[in-house]
Amino acid sequence: MIESLDPRVNRAAIELDNHIEPLSPLDQWETYEVFHQKKRGDQHMHVGIVHAANPEMALVFAKEQFGRRGLSANIWVVNTKHVFASTYEDADIFETTSEKIYREAGGYKVMDKINQYKKSQKA
Amino acid sequence: MNVAAIKELLYKVADDQLVIGHRNSEWTGLGPILEEDIAFSSMAQDKLGHAQGCYQILHDLGEANPDQIAFSRKADQFHNCQFVELPNGEYDFSLMRHFLYDHADQIRFEMFANSSFEPLAKLAKKVKGEIKYHVFHGNTWINKLSTANEVSKIRMQTALNESWNYALGIFEAGNFEAELKNEGIFEGENALQNKWLEVVCPLLEKAGLTIPEKSSWEPVLGGRKGYHLAHLEALVAEMSEVFQIDPTATW
Repeated sequence: MIESLDPRVNRAAIELDNHIEPLSPLDQWETYEVFHQKKRGDQHMHVGIVHAANPEMALVFAKEQFGRRGLSANIWVVNTKHVFASTYEDADIFETTSEKIYREAGGYKVMDKINQYKKSQKA
Repeated sequence: MNVAAIKELLYKVADDQLVIGHRNSEWTGLGPILEEDIAFSSMAQDKLGHAQGCYQILHDLGEANPDQIAFSRKADQFHNCQFVELPNGEYDFSLMRHFLYDHADQIRFEMFANSSFEPLAKLAKKVKGEIKYHVFHGNTWINKLSTANEVSKIRMQTALNESWNYALGIFEAGNFEAELKNEGIFEGENALQNKWLEVVCPLLEKAGLTIPEKSSWEPVLGGRKGYHLAHLEALVAEMSEVFQIDPTATW
């Protein structure tokens, strides 16, 4: 039996009897991923998450959370459960051997040729 | 140009915005969820900005500066409708008031956009986007809560019943209705109310709510003429508390 008068300690003892019930859908809304576009034509960038009861409400909230300051042209909201994602266990699929420089733009030394061509076009 | 008519019009519009802005800001930190707390607080700030815009036009017409107008008057010098000064009650009422009031605000400013009084037309174009968002927010909540479950539906219907006659008080006629109309400044409260009914009634019905029986409609009037509930006095005292400590302080 804990005899401390510290309310934090006493509360800790009471909480031991609490079993946590899963949240019902009304206690906790679903989350929506928010994608924000600064200017028309730009890519939408993922900027965060809002809780909402439906997509329309997610849009209402996303506007105030993420479109309140600075430039905004458009916002997308996507229910988090509709995002199909890779797993971190499979993160090794992103690893690549270093000797395939021919698959990267940096692997090609072409600036000299481009500059030469530009010069010839000007002349 | 009928300056007295314009001043009367601006005072009531700005006072509505200032008072509902202050009321809605009382939810800051207490909103139902974080996202909504931020959205509702942000809209309350927008309303203060709109009020400031109107007070600035009044100032340009020779009235005191916006801060003095907002913070130096007694409650019976305010021209807001009684609807906006009612205490927040619970969130259902605050949302219903926000929905009903903001639709009126939107239609009013759409009318102002065509006003022959240029400063008003300019202000209307400036605030258009913010009011559009306020209406979008109100529509979304009313629709969702009125159709979520039995409890929420009953609460929204009760909020509507309690709000209705106060909301009709938004459209209390002023002393210059004919002058404003003839000079192309504003189409008038009657025209505004008709347009408002055309907009809000179908939205409420679509949400499954019942508009109070027409025979029971009794607009709560008097606010435009300075008759207010005791609640406004308390609101004004609190709102102007800091200003009154030193009215000449600069910020």
